[in-house]
Amino acid sequence: MKEIVVISGKGGTGKTSISASFAYLEGSNAVVADCDVDAANMHILLDADFAKQEDFFSGELAIIDEEKCTNCGKCEEVCRFDAIELKNGQYVVDKISCEGCWYCSRVCPKDAITMVKQKAGDLFVSNIKNNSTMVHAKLGFAAENSGKLVAKVKQEAKIFALKNDKEFIITDGSPGIGCPVISSLSGANLVVLVTEATVSGLHDLKRVIKLLKTFSLKAVCIINKYDLNANMSKNIEEYLDTENIKVISKLHYNEIFTHALVEAKPIVEYSAECEISTLIQESWNEIKNIIKDKK
Amino acid sequence: MKITIASGKGGTGKTTVSSNLTAYLAEHGKSVVLTDLDVEEPNSGLFIHGKIKYDQIANKMVPHWDSTDCTYCGDCANVCNFNAIVALSDEIIIHPELCHSCYACSELCPTNSLPMMPERIGEIKVFETENFDFVEGRLDIGQEMAVPLIGQNIDYVDENYDGYIKLLDAPPGTSCPVIEASRESDFVILITEPTPFGLNDLKLAVETMKVLDKKIGVIINRYGIGNNSIEEYCKDENIPIITKINNDKAVAQCYSRGELIYTQIEHFKNSIEEIAKFLEGIR
Repeated sequence: MKEIVVISGKGGTGKTSISASFAYLEGSNAVVADCDVDAANMHILLDADFAKQEDFFSGELAIIDEEKCTNCGKCEEVCRFDAIELKNGQYVVDKISCEGCWYCSRVCPKDAITMVKQKAGDLFVSNIKNNSTMVHAKLGFAAENSGKLVAKVKQEAKIFALKNDKEFIITDGSPGIGCPVISSLSGANLVVLVTEATVSGLHDLKRVIKLLKTFSLKAVCIINKYDLNANMSKNIEEYLDTENIKVISKLHYNEIFTHALVEAKPIVEYSAECEISTLIQESWNEIKNIIKDKK
Repeated sequence: MKITIASGKGGTGKTTVSSNLTAYLAEHGKSVVLTDLDVEEPNSGLFIHGKIKYDQIANKMVPHWDSTDCTYCGDCANVCNFNAIVALSDEIIIHPELCHSCYACSELCPTNSLPMMPERIGEIKVFETENFDFVEGRLDIGQEMAVPLIGQNIDYVDENYDGYIKLLDAPPGTSCPVIEASRESDFVILITEPTPFGLNDLKLAVETMKVLDKKIGVIINRYGIGNNSIEEYCKDENIPIITKINNDKAVAQCYSRGELIYTQIEHFKNSIEEIAKFLEGIR
């Protein structure tokens, strides 16, 4: 079982459209993991049925028992997150600011503060197009711990893949370089970088590649919208060359991506014969070859 | 007045709008400051070319072990709820990347063996252009937590730009970094595109802003592509549509080169004017 993680640094470069296409092409031989948990939308392209739902608990919230509380203010004093304030003569906890660190609860002289586990989101296992399976999630509104939810999605996908003898896990990551991205990279056999030929595309790609180096992960790259700025595309290719990262595909700027999206279809389903679909098909084959060669 | 520009979905035009809007307002005599809170991937600076006028290292406070008086009682590891401390019989190991800077281990240590010390997580830089300043937060690569740096960025802007219009360019998503970037703002602009992804992520962003009790407005970017589902949703939810920016490859090309757009493309300038007018109205 091999895991391929698709990330981009910059948002909106086409990660999800491309990873959904890979998933569609591979069908039941792959499990899909949507790790962009705070703006998950791969389910739209793959027609997920949300068959199995499970609550995801993570993090804790301090609750003050007003009966026991003497309003001594010790909790407010120790809280580094400004989560406790005096309102109408009673100390109360601000749900959004509380980090769940337990400090207030530990120092309360009246044991008036209890810590309650919080539901941080929902985890789903869905049947999707082409007889395949997707693990995905929805982070609670204004909830924390997206990194942990990402880890949970990956873990579920892995268990499912092992149990059902699947050859691949295709993971769609989130933009950025912070905690959810770091979490989505763990255990990756190959990282597919999707960038675009813009100044931001290159800038963000450089930062994400630096991150990959700290984990010694092997990567390949797809340049989307390469003809938007041919010079920039050349700069990106030259940079990738110095980093020993192979460009497996260059896709031209084409609104067909959006047309497919409006029809809720991966581009390889919407227009199987078009040039972009052919290139995506070739990329996927190449990715599989690279993974096979890699011992 | 503090305005956050956020989106849910990435790549919908947050940076395009915030950099152009800032330059436009400054050109029209407003006192305005822009701060890039997408500290994981800050790129407003690619569109705004200023001279650096100030920079500071951004730190977070983490415990450092001083073995002198330590009795290895293990209280520190017990009180840490983030698994950032491992107490062995002859050593205390600290994982700074997991530390949330709650100070519990440090202040509850009976021998004061864990003083809190600053540790670098990134930097804050201030750039000066002809008529406005731009403040950029940049997270060091490998650092997981963007929130403390976003908070310090906002504090810097609050302390140094009293009375200014403050535009906050937020990171994508709906989780903690976006919340930090929006929670103290007077108004949140959500930028989306008229596609099923745009709609899905807009709904998530709107629900998040409701929890934060924020006033919001929507900008539809790449208008004309896709479908009209965003307009229907905004109508049902009573969310004002501030402007619609036409889908235009020429806009994407200006962006790809790192150029400001409103000075070059008329319909885009009209949209920026509409946003400026809208903001006048909410003051």
